[in-house]
Amino acid sequence: MMEQKNYRAILYLLPALLFLAVFLVYPLADVFIYSFEEGFNFASQVYHGIGLHNYRYVLRDPYFIQALRNTLCLVAITVPLSTGFALLISVALSSLPTLQGLFRTIFFLPYVTNTLAVGMVFLVIFGRTPYSDGLMNALLSVVGLGPVDFIDGPYAAKMFVLCFYTIWVVLPFKILILTTALASVDKQLYNAARIDGTSRARIFWRITLPMISPMLFYLIITGFIGAFKAYSDAVAIFGTSLNNAGMNTLVGYVYDMLYGDSGGYPSYASAAAILLFLIILTITVINLLISKRLSYHTGGSVR
Amino acid sequence: MDVTFRHLTKRFPARRGSSAKEVIAVDDFDFTISDGELVGLLGPSGCGKSTALNLICGLLTPTEGEIFFGEENVTAIPVEKRGVGMVFQNYALYPHLTVYQNIIFPLQNLKGKDRLTREQMRAKAEEAARLVQIGALMDRHPSELSGGQQQRVAIARALVKLPRILLLDEPLSNLDARLRLQTREEIRRIQLETGITTIFVTHDQEEAMSISDRIVVMRDGRVQQIGAPQTIYDDPANLFVAQFLGTPPINVFHGTLQGRRLLMGGVPVLATDTDEIRQITVAIRPEGFIVDPSVPFSCSLQAVEVMGRDVSCVCTHPAMVNESGRMRAIIDAGTRPDAGVSDVHFRLKPEKVLLFDPDTGERLYAELSTLR
Repeated sequence: MMEQKNYRAILYLLPALLFLAVFLVYPLADVFIYSFEEGFNFASQVYHGIGLHNYRYVLRDPYFIQALRNTLCLVAITVPLSTGFALLISVALSSLPTLQGLFRTIFFLPYVTNTLAVGMVFLVIFGRTPYSDGLMNALLSVVGLGPVDFIDGPYAAKMFVLCFYTIWVVLPFKILILTTALASVDKQLYNAARIDGTSRARIFWRITLPMISPMLFYLIITGFIGAFKAYSDAVAIFGTSLNNAGMNTLVGYVYDMLYGDSGGYPSYASAAAILLFLIILTITVINLLISKRLSYHTGGSVR
Repeated sequence: MDVTFRHLTKRFPARRGSSAKEVIAVDDFDFTISDGELVGLLGPSGCGKSTALNLICGLLTPTEGEIFFGEENVTAIPVEKRGVGMVFQNYALYPHLTVYQNIIFPLQNLKGKDRLTREQMRAKAEEAARLVQIGALMDRHPSELSGGQQQRVAIARALVKLPRILLLDEPLSNLDARLRLQTREEIRRIQLETGITTIFVTHDQEEAMSISDRIVVMRDGRVQQIGAPQTIYDDPANLFVAQFLGTPPINVFHGTLQGRRLLMGGVPVLATDTDEIRQITVAIRPEGFIVDPSVPFSCSLQAVEVMGRDVSCVCTHPAMVNESGRMRAIIDAGTRPDAGVSDVHFRLKPEKVLLFDPDTGERLYAELSTLR
């Protein structure tokens, strides 16, 4: 009986497993192999040696170091900020007495807007033309600051725009998830806590936060992964020559190594991709370990 | 701590765009609950008893009227500062905290001079846990407990801060029959032991009768009657109260007062002292019937249910108010009618027969006695 069930389960899973094998496992294995083959050439399909040369090259490449630094900076700034803002806005939204639906829709709009369209809008706000310094500089000049060249100026200004943009783009989804999580908390828990004289702040920290913690950790984990894989956001603002702008990301570096103006190095690209994979894997494992300790759903109540 | 209501009223306004009219959930409550009393708010669902409870604890603010705890007017005091303990119908235990953490949660809110040390909290929590007999479960999570255990935790959490008043919302409705019986005795014991004024809400009249010092019977937001369970059972103020209390329910007949006699289905059943001639509603408790072949009042027997010491006769009578015409008489097993008998003749116990106005349902008082 049990055996039969297992066969059936495997049968149902087979299509998905096949797809995963062909489009995920095989390429991953292939990339892994590429990354150790020195000087691989697509056209002739030959290489002249196996070893760690690719990794050594990539890790010494100043463009890779720059991309790594940019990506880490982006991750470190946007993940906590976007999650924090999303939490703040969601809590504010769910305590609204009226018009909740309207505001929820407004906050969700950026999510259904095309990345490049948002990029255009950001260029209007931050970009410089022969005729104006952009909306942001106009605002800054009111308080007597600027003008700052956000697109082609100092590193901090460029990083600010990229982070601003990334947070703006990922915020709606996080708000959606968190408002749903907040709405699913049993209202009687809040009533019980209030009757027991609990302050609003303590209700938030001791009841609301633990109750939505599984969703919060989900958002943090996917947020980390998403930020490490950032690429299109940078392109939308700074154009395709990210190396020149000094704003390349890890995924951008991999892409450039394959197809960019200086491309044609699948071995280096593979090595960089494997390095990115290892970084994301490590961070995700750490995240999962932390969430297992803090999130109440895995805290021993359910076995 | 006395609890006094002064013209307490809660109206929920009609919602715009819907056909629902304004609802008066609590209508002019005006009575006092004495210190240390266990009071049951009893009524069918939708009668406003939960609203009343929420007004007492402060989760709702009244439209009109005032609430006093002792001498203190608490009407405007927010829920956080009222100092009541409440056990919710679904218990509302914090699922991410252990039993111990749940119980000390209210204590951790105490600030300033009331602030407790860790040891004091543990002592108080252990005392509360001992009271409800859950001392061995302190490190479990609520999801690992049975319904009855969860409820005990909820009671311990409500009691641990020594509330001025303890409120229980349908405390037994989520428990199975056996546990219900056990828990209601438990609630009575805990209440007697702590002496805290306790108000609970229920739709189950048996539950209310069995443990309350006094019952407040409610219907459509209005108090129908307040009194000790036995008083309300024996001496209901109106037909609604008479029908709501008692299992099996009271039997209601059309009757006539005529010639100093009470007639049912055209035959005289009892003598009365009034000369009035009028239609009347007669309600007779199931235990108010005595088998007596010598009297003219007879019912057609449908079934006899054996209950041990007593038997329950299910009969029909054309003068019954309800459409099925079915009534129930509980009689001594020794007088049970033989099988195959189609008609049973009943004499009535005058003290178990209640008279009501057929239009308003209000109680009518007339001296009743056995016919000679």
